[in-house]
Amino acid sequence: MDHSLGIDWKALKKGEVSMGTTIAAVKYDGGVLLAADSRTTTGAYIANRVTDKLTQIYDNIWCCRSGSAADTQAVADILHYYLQMYEAQNGAPPTVRVAANLAAEMCYSNKDNLSAGLIVAGWDAKSGGEVYSIPLGGSIHKQDIAIGGSGSTYIYGYVDTNFRKDMTREEAIDFLKHAIALAMERDGSSGGVIRMAAIDGKSIDRYFFADADIPAAWNAPASAT
Amino acid sequence: MTSIGTGYDLSNSTFSPDGRVFQVEYAGKAVENAGTTIGLRTPTCVVIALEKLITSKLLVPGKNSRIGTVDRHAGVASSGLVPDGKHLLGRARDEAANWRKTYKIPIGVHALADRMASYVQAYTLYSSVRPFGVSAIVGGGSLDDGEGTKLYMIEPSGAYYGYRGCSAGKGRQLAKNELEKLDFDRLTAKEAIAHAARIIHTIHDEAKDKEFELELGYICLDDEMGEDKKGIWQTMSGDELARIDTEAREAAEAADEMEE
Repeated sequence: MDHSLGIDWKALKKGEVSMGTTIAAVKYDGGVLLAADSRTTTGAYIANRVTDKLTQIYDNIWCCRSGSAADTQAVADILHYYLQMYEAQNGAPPTVRVAANLAAEMCYSNKDNLSAGLIVAGWDAKSGGEVYSIPLGGSIHKQDIAIGGSGSTYIYGYVDTNFRKDMTREEAIDFLKHAIALAMERDGSSGGVIRMAAIDGKSIDRYFFADADIPAAWNAPASAT
Repeated sequence: MTSIGTGYDLSNSTFSPDGRVFQVEYAGKAVENAGTTIGLRTPTCVVIALEKLITSKLLVPGKNSRIGTVDRHAGVASSGLVPDGKHLLGRARDEAANWRKTYKIPIGVHALADRMASYVQAYTLYSSVRPFGVSAIVGGGSLDDGEGTKLYMIEPSGAYYGYRGCSAGKGRQLAKNELEKLDFDRLTAKEAIAHAARIIHTIHDEAKDKEFELELGYICLDDEMGEDKKGIWQTMSGDELARIDTEAREAAEAADEMEE
């Protein structure tokens, strides 16, 4: 398996569509913020340049999808089904922890047949905002910030240097916007527009940044440490 | 209300003309003639007590416990056919383990009771099996899920309800009368345990039945019984059980004398 970009290229079947991708999610003071680029590729062709890689799997639980578009859509749909059954049978909505563990269970059990890197993030009344990273093998990692997809490799240094705990929502948006922009600039499989979703238990707000609104790193320095 | 189900009572999957499944009702008879089990729930604790009728002097006292633990936060006791109760307990443990494996959190007691009841009900559908000859009392609670304490009783038909106090077995009617006198919301854990033990002693029929052993299990969601015991199902044993047993016997006898 070719690990050079963290994507299992050989796992993609002929004609299959990949989300090369840069995805990220960060916990801020009061909630979580999810962010992603919008490029979906089949080989060198950009099949969709305005993809929405942020998917709702429950009221306040969303996920960022990277890897095979088909695989991650399937997992997200089945996860949505399981979470609805969970609420019906359990009498209470699932927590982010339950949702993330279910996703990891699916990814692990089917690891031979899936190419899916997920970041499950959301807000619940019990634990507030939470971010869980579920990379290719199906392991699960609870983190304050998670990045994923082929573009994420280019921004580890930026994220490590600039991440702070308990940012405000505005600070978090600014931070991830710069991070995703940097990755889009260097990774051929990432690009297009930047989409975000902020979840704080009171509302879910979607953000969209294109063209001039995307910071250009070579023109001005990225936001200071 | 007993009646003969002539012809309609031979098979598990047969309805009688008046809509009864007699095999399930007969399973209930197995429960009615067995040792009593009671359950008690307060806002902070759940207690299960059982009257273990001793069938032989050769049995080792304090062993062969009939109150089982499911995961760390629930206990199950059955009145009726002991092996059936054990099988159901095993199934409950499997369900709890399976839940943990899938969701990585402990199973809620309401979900556990629901699964146990569905399992029991399944055995009333087919003539190739017989219904469970037990009523199972399931108690427990979790600090995490904000739901507090829970107590359920599952009957051989698979019907189950949530209770403040419940009883099964030969002394169930007497136990029910005693339980109805309690103010559940105001009891501390120690009081609840003492009452449960006393009620077992009260309902035990000295004349008809032989010796019995008292068995007690409980879970306390605050630290009244000890910080190390908080939120974990406990089975009482040794000196602590002996002391409570003695106090309960005295309390039951004192109440008997007062009534006379």
